[in-house]
Amino acid sequence: MIEVENLSKRFVVRRGRFRRERHVVDAVKEISFGVERGELLGYLGPNGAGKSTTIKMLTGILVPSGGRVSVGGLDPSRKRIELARRIGAMFGQRVQLWWDLPLLDSFQLLRHIYKVPPGRYRESLARFREVLELDAFIHTPVRQLSLGQRIRGELTAAMLHGPELLFLDEPTIGLDVVAKQRVRDFLVEINRDDGVTVMLTTHDLGDIERLCNRLLVIDHGSLIWDGGIPELKERYGGERVLVVDLEGPSEPLQVDGATVERVEGPRQWLRFRGSASELTARVAAAARIVDLQVQEPDIEEIVRRIYMR
Amino acid sequence: MRLDWEIAKRGWRRYAAYPWATVAGAFTNSIFGFLQAYILLAVYRHRAAIGGFDAADAVTYVWLAQSMIMTVYIFSWWELAWRIRDGSIATDLARPLDPQRYWLAYDLGRAPYHFLFRGLPPFVLGALVFHLHYPSPLDALAFVVSLTLAVVVSFGFRFVYNSAAFWLLDFRGVVTLSTTVVIFFSGMAIPIRFFPHALRELCYALPFAGVIQTPVDIWLGKREGLALAGVIGLQLLWALVLIGLGRVLLARATQRLVVQGG
Ligand SMILES: Nc1ncnc2c1ncn2[C@@H]1O[C@H](COP(=O)(O)OP(=O)(O)OP(=O)(O)O)[C@@H](O)[C@H]1O
Ligand SMILES: [Mg+2]
Repeated sequence: MIEVENLSKRFVVRRGRFRRERHVVDAVKEISFGVERGELLGYLGPNGAGKSTTIKMLTGILVPSGGRVSVGGLDPSRKRIELARRIGAMFGQRVQLWWDLPLLDSFQLLRHIYKVPPGRYRESLARFREVLELDAFIHTPVRQLSLGQRIRGELTAAMLHGPELLFLDEPTIGLDVVAKQRVRDFLVEINRDDGVTVMLTTHDLGDIERLCNRLLVIDHGSLIWDGGIPELKERYGGERVLVVDLEGPSEPLQVDGATVERVEGPRQWLRFRGSASELTARVAAAARIVDLQVQEPDIEEIVRRIYMR
Repeated sequence: MRLDWEIAKRGWRRYAAYPWATVAGAFTNSIFGFLQAYILLAVYRHRAAIGGFDAADAVTYVWLAQSMIMTVYIFSWWELAWRIRDGSIATDLARPLDPQRYWLAYDLGRAPYHFLFRGLPPFVLGALVFHLHYPSPLDALAFVVSLTLAVVVSFGFRFVYNSAAFWLLDFRGVVTLSTTVVIFFSGMAIPIRFFPHALRELCYALPFAGVIQTPVDIWLGKREGLALAGVIGLQLLWALVLIGLGRVLLARATQRLVVQGG
């Protein structure tokens, strides 16, 4: 469905008003990956990593500075309009709906833009109205919608024409927990039942954990991870932390197979791999333990570790 | 075609959503109509005709021009430039739709709204207070055709100067300059006919005369037969040239486009 080879994007920015200085930003640096039909793929990375830039190149909005892209068999920037009919794109931070028009009006216009047959339009609109609970504000002008309401509208707008491939740039931005869950369920549903391929960027790791079977991580324009979430946890999250409360403040403990990460009065944090009970025994031999606790790394912690490398 | 109609309807509704802006605008146009009419009538106290216009022609000109201001959208139009500037253009490009076609259809939906609600009220007021000239049925028909072309010429030019935002982050200068050029060369400020001979001929050859002066000339019966076909033909030609230029710029821009914003 998607093939990317050594894809790069370089922005040349001119700084200064009069004595203009050229300044080069390599937003995306020679990334390569492939996506099969039916995948639900998360695209993760810290702010400014190059996620949105990648999505823009995949949808044909930005022309790459180097490398090769093929989406659904088409070169996106050359066949932008042809591709646009087959894919859906949503940029969470942007208003894609018509600001001054009621939501429903935007949908009707989109139906004509994408030439959706009336029957199919009615069907899919009915489905979105139900799943995303649009009815309460479907006649409200977009400028009067709350962020979460608008995002639900934008999602509908991106999917009304039944795209086979969906690019979502921060689709759950600004949603409350209930709406977020609804959107996630919905994405899982269209992926599973309708076979829609979904690629989404997000800063919400809950999205990734609940939705994606594969994760791409980009940092400073380079792809640093491509694989499943369990493998990611294995690779970066293999270490756990043993938190021990000793009788009193002491020097950092010296035990085999663990490094003390932090000391706070009588409490110490030991990072380790392997068996927790063996380590506990070794610690108990060195000092008296009052209380202890083993911390598993969660995905947030893992991602923080990756970002901070 | 159906799609263009749907887009045009949205263009109408977009402006219909702000009725008070319309009322305030129509009021302003009326005030300026009175102002200009009285100034010109003062001038005509010493002259019977200027550039082929008598006093009634001149006053008709004033009210027609005031009524056409918004229909042809003579003042600065920024919508496209801002979309380029803040990166929303990305949204437009993510759709299976040519942006120029979209904006043209949108503008052709907007224009009738402004014609009816920004144009008609001031004109009726002017007609009640002043002695105006009215067109023959044929000229009235030609006027409608010419006015439609005027909207397209104006749109074509607005699209071109808005496209500057693709290349210049600071595009305001271009927009302001372009607006001044249209106001002067279209005859919006002073009828082109009042200019000295050489300047007048230059103005008639440029596209901007087709935005205000040409439709007004037709209304006033100053263009008949071959001359009528000639000026409408020239409007059509400029409309095509400007639309074509806009297409070239858009194609260039999208091939080296830098979309702003994350
Ligand atoms: N139009 C532009 N001109 C110059 N530099 C740009 C432009 N757009 C993006 N960049 C730069 O490219 C890099 C990647 O930006 P991008 O928007 O792709 O990041 P992102 O991963 O989407 O970040 P975020 O999580 O904040 O949305 C950043 O360093 C940004 O400053
Ligand atoms: Mg982004």
